Amino acid sequence: MSDTFFYAAEVMLNGLMAGVMYSLVALGFVLIFKASGIFNYAQGVLALFAALTLVGLQEGQVPFSHVINAVFGTNLHHFGWTLPSVVAIALTALVMVGMAIVIERYVLKHLVNQEPIILFMATIGLAYFLEGLGDVMWGSDIKKLDVGLPQGISETIETVTYNLFGYGFFIDKLDIVAALVATALVITLTLFSQYTKYGRALRAVADDHQAALSVGISLRFIWVLVWSIAGFVALVAGIMWGSKSGVQFSLSLIALKALPVLMLGGFTSIPGAIVGGLIIGMGEKLFEFAIGPMIGGATENWFAYVLALIFLVFRPQGLFGEKIIERV
Amino acid sequence: MFYRESGDFKTTYTEDSQTFPIKFDRIRYYAVLAVAFGVIPFFINDYWANAVFVPFLIYAIAAIGLNILVGYCGQVSLGTGGFMAVGAYAVYKLMTSFPEVSIVIHVLLAGGITACVGLLFGLPSLRIKGFYLAVATLAAQFFLVWLFNKVPWFYNYSASGQISAPERDIFGIILTGPNTSASAKYLFCALMLLALAWLARNLTRGAMGRRWMAIRDMDIAAEIIGVNPLGAKLSAFAVSSFFIGVSGALFFAVYLGAAEVGESFGIQKSFLVLFMVIIGGLGSIFGSLAGAAFLVLLPVFLKNVLVGMLGWPTDLAAHLELMIVGALIIIFLIAEPHGIAQLWRHTKEKLRLWPFPH
Amino acid sequence: MNLKFAALVAAAMATALPAMAQDLHFPSLSYRTGAFAAGGIPFADGYADYLTLLQERDGGIGGVPIRQSECETAYNTEKGVECYESIKNDNPLIIQPLSTGITYQLIPKVTADGIPLHTMGYGRTSAKNGTVFANVFNYPANYWDGASIAVNYLLSQNDNDIKGKKITLLYHNSAYGKEPIRTLETLATKHGFELTLLPVDSPGQEQKSQWLQIRREKPDAVLFWGWGVMNQVAVQEAVNVRFPMENFIGVWWSGSENDVLPAGDGANGYKSLAMHGTGMDYPVYADLKKYVHDAGKSAGAGDQVGSVLYSRGMYAAFLAAEAAKKAQELAGIGAITPAQMRDGMEALVITEETMAAAGLPNFGFPFSVTCANHGGEGYGLVQQWDASAKKWNLITDWIQSDQEVINALVEEDSAAFAAENNIEKRCN
Repeated sequence: MSDTFFYAAEVMLNGLMAGVMYSLVALGFVLIFKASGIFNYAQGVLALFAALTLVGLQEGQVPFSHVINAVFGTNLHHFGWTLPSVVAIALTALVMVGMAIVIERYVLKHLVNQEPIILFMATIGLAYFLEGLGDVMWGSDIKKLDVGLPQGISETIETVTYNLFGYGFFIDKLDIVAALVATALVITLTLFSQYTKYGRALRAVADDHQAALSVGISLRFIWVLVWSIAGFVALVAGIMWGSKSGVQFSLSLIALKALPVLMLGGFTSIPGAIVGGLIIGMGEKLFEFAIGPMIGGATENWFAYVLALIFLVFRPQGLFGEKIIERV
Repeated sequence: MFYRESGDFKTTYTEDSQTFPIKFDRIRYYAVLAVAFGVIPFFINDYWANAVFVPFLIYAIAAIGLNILVGYCGQVSLGTGGFMAVGAYAVYKLMTSFPEVSIVIHVLLAGGITACVGLLFGLPSLRIKGFYLAVATLAAQFFLVWLFNKVPWFYNYSASGQISAPERDIFGIILTGPNTSASAKYLFCALMLLALAWLARNLTRGAMGRRWMAIRDMDIAAEIIGVNPLGAKLSAFAVSSFFIGVSGALFFAVYLGAAEVGESFGIQKSFLVLFMVIIGGLGSIFGSLAGAAFLVLLPVFLKNVLVGMLGWPTDLAAHLELMIVGALIIIFLIAEPHGIAQLWRHTKEKLRLWPFPH
Repeated sequence: MNLKFAALVAAAMATALPAMAQDLHFPSLSYRTGAFAAGGIPFADGYADYLTLLQERDGGIGGVPIRQSECETAYNTEKGVECYESIKNDNPLIIQPLSTGITYQLIPKVTADGIPLHTMGYGRTSAKNGTVFANVFNYPANYWDGASIAVNYLLSQNDNDIKGKKITLLYHNSAYGKEPIRTLETLATKHGFELTLLPVDSPGQEQKSQWLQIRREKPDAVLFWGWGVMNQVAVQEAVNVRFPMENFIGVWWSGSENDVLPAGDGANGYKSLAMHGTGMDYPVYADLKKYVHDAGKSAGAGDQVGSVLYSRGMYAAFLAAEAAKKAQELAGIGAITPAQMRDGMEALVITEETMAAAGLPNFGFPFSVTCANHGGEGYGLVQQWDASAKKWNLITDWIQSDQEVINALVEEDSAAFAAENNIEKRCN
């Protein structure tokens, strides 16, 4: 077989892996949209905030040190201790739960029954706020995130494929970890929503708010729950993307990579987020590989959206979305 | 006391259906116009023009355009930045290809070109609805930015892909380029805004506007009573894109003077204009103006207070500014989800009865 | 609503404008927030600290006190315009926006307002031609010099023969990243190497396609024009695909500690261009420590001292201060105006002695500015990252760019600008 075939296969595999990384972000969107009908633009910033907090806790940074120094003329930076990754991750998860409670109490509670676009805008406001808060708390310089995830080319795969095909495939170890984590995450989420009391409540709310309320499910609790889970998913996404590129403001822009995934997979479907991610990742990488050089490259950003658009024209609710039923 | 209908008799239908049915309102409107065109141009300096007024006027045009699409026709779009880029690059190509034609015509033509592009990207709206459509318009945003960045013809093969506006004048008054006076910039944009706001107001209360609103409220129902969704949605996309194209052309030619597509017309711009529309009030021309004023003034104001008056470090001020803007947006949406326009309507209702509220 | 806001803004403005004082105003258009903050912070700190040092140690320049002001642009052109408008009537001696986008924005404006603009190693390259761009300076070196220095370095590594070699340019898909393309294309024909262009869309977090292509095609060298998060990701991906780091050369904006530290040990051997020395081995740091850092007057968090971009900010401030001295000398007064500052910049001569006197011996290459040449002679260095010691080492002597090629390109581009804007040539 020709080299081009192997190149294309390699690009496709890497595209699938990149797709998993997009799916990780998209999952958070889906969870919140399903449970509350909110299109949560702040998901990307949540990932950034989680990653910043994680690094800050790990390194023992003093939160708000910049403000404290500016106001009191002190020179605080670090507490002088470092935390093991596991402890820091657990603490960050707690912070995200705390944040979910605060968001529910001060934002969502007051916006019940508003139109979707108003809720969407509120989450953009939230995104601005959190971005500013993250910067004030932990500083806007770039930080290295290291929780001990492997990174770099996987030699095993390279050797095995080289022996088989005469061409060693490149797969990033971090991507493999991401794929495993994503699988674990989806399985856990599915088990949780199928077999636990709260999971069932969650599904009930997703099906019909009012019916759920009438059988005694507390909507507010469910919202806190779902935002906490989304916060945890954001933490996972933040760890993955942060290990790849360092933690800084740009991390919040990964939300833009998740939007076409959502569109394609449907806003309400967890499997949709995964399959959508795989299709988008593979599609954009293959397009860049095959057509990109002819038209100047850097096509990935828009092609992802165009690909999703093409799917949407045939299925306006996304691949796995619930069928939109319209009545007059 | 002053603000009431009584004593203001209307004897024709035209009088009855005018934009400002209350006499006080009419007087106030003319007063605002008189200040805008008779006073401000004589006192404006470069800082006020470039930091406050010109961006406000240009964003107001864009916000009116987007409001037609989102507020009147109910089609959420996140492609505003891309459409502004179309306007900017169209006006650049026209200015450099036909230097002898008046800049006013170029700006309007740029709007027309953007309308055509908008029409094209509006086509999916016939099939895709709600947030799916919003995300789908992002395809337009990213594709257009990529296109203007990639095809050298659009930026006349310059080394870096930046476009810069050459100097053009009208009746001897310079309107673009670095030597433009503050008042010329201001007046040109203000006149454009006035003309376009007038056009928008009359479009939206006519048959076309009613069709848009019918589609917004329930598209299937509208179709059943005889509104053609194809015509209504596409016309909304075209008209809206025309406005946005004009604003993009002004943004580049009059305000910035030089632009780079990814940086000046990126996704942030789309969000910013959508914010203006929502904070101002969906489906209101006044709301678009108020929203634009709010979001242009607020950061400048905060910056001047925090850095200029309180003397805080600039980075801290910038971060706090983000937090304050974010918090204000949330507070606003909680307090009045229908925007500044709704607040204004409430005030008017109260004023009508004042000082005898019963 | 509007009126109230307007009144408040007016109040803020009124207090913000200080009385005209007999001082030297050095504004800093910095960005400490946003996607490019990691690059903006150290530069702004270095710039401010050096000027603070002059103020604290020497009482200003030529006996006239220095006044600094800072304005946050967040690398955003509109905020940049707002900043410029807010300071332009406040006697700003020199504007340094540290952003190519803002530079393009300001070139026509500063020319109309008579304020000098200095874009050190960025901005519009053809501004080197002083006969067209009267108020814009980009000494000591520019993007095209950078591209040519990198190629010259490769030539010196390969016995002056790179015919048929494959060189890839990996660049930020923006005005900044596109700058070197034309130079490299010209050089490719001249030296017969094969140039491949690989754009990465901003912000550049996802570069898998590009690096897979590099892995497949195995170019002999990758030149790299990135900024912001793109730098860290590119270095990391290069490590991932096991691209030989010594063949990976970044421009001076892709060669700071921020860019290589996240990739850890793998980044060892990564090279980048430099236009000045780096590290803490300069006498000026003793003074900085005494008068600025220990006195609690350092800008920002004070944790950037000695980094590459901090050094660059310091170098920018040093050049600005020297130009101000020259301007004072020419004008015969202490409190110079922006126009006099411009004359000073045009007559600037940096020698080994001036650098040594400022505590920066051998920091940059000596150069002099003339009316026609606003861009210096185009000398640069190559530095290499030592991951175990966590420091950059200079590995070459000064390399000059291919002046013949660069000057022809500068001439061509500036002539086009002059024709477009009806500018008459100066310096006759």
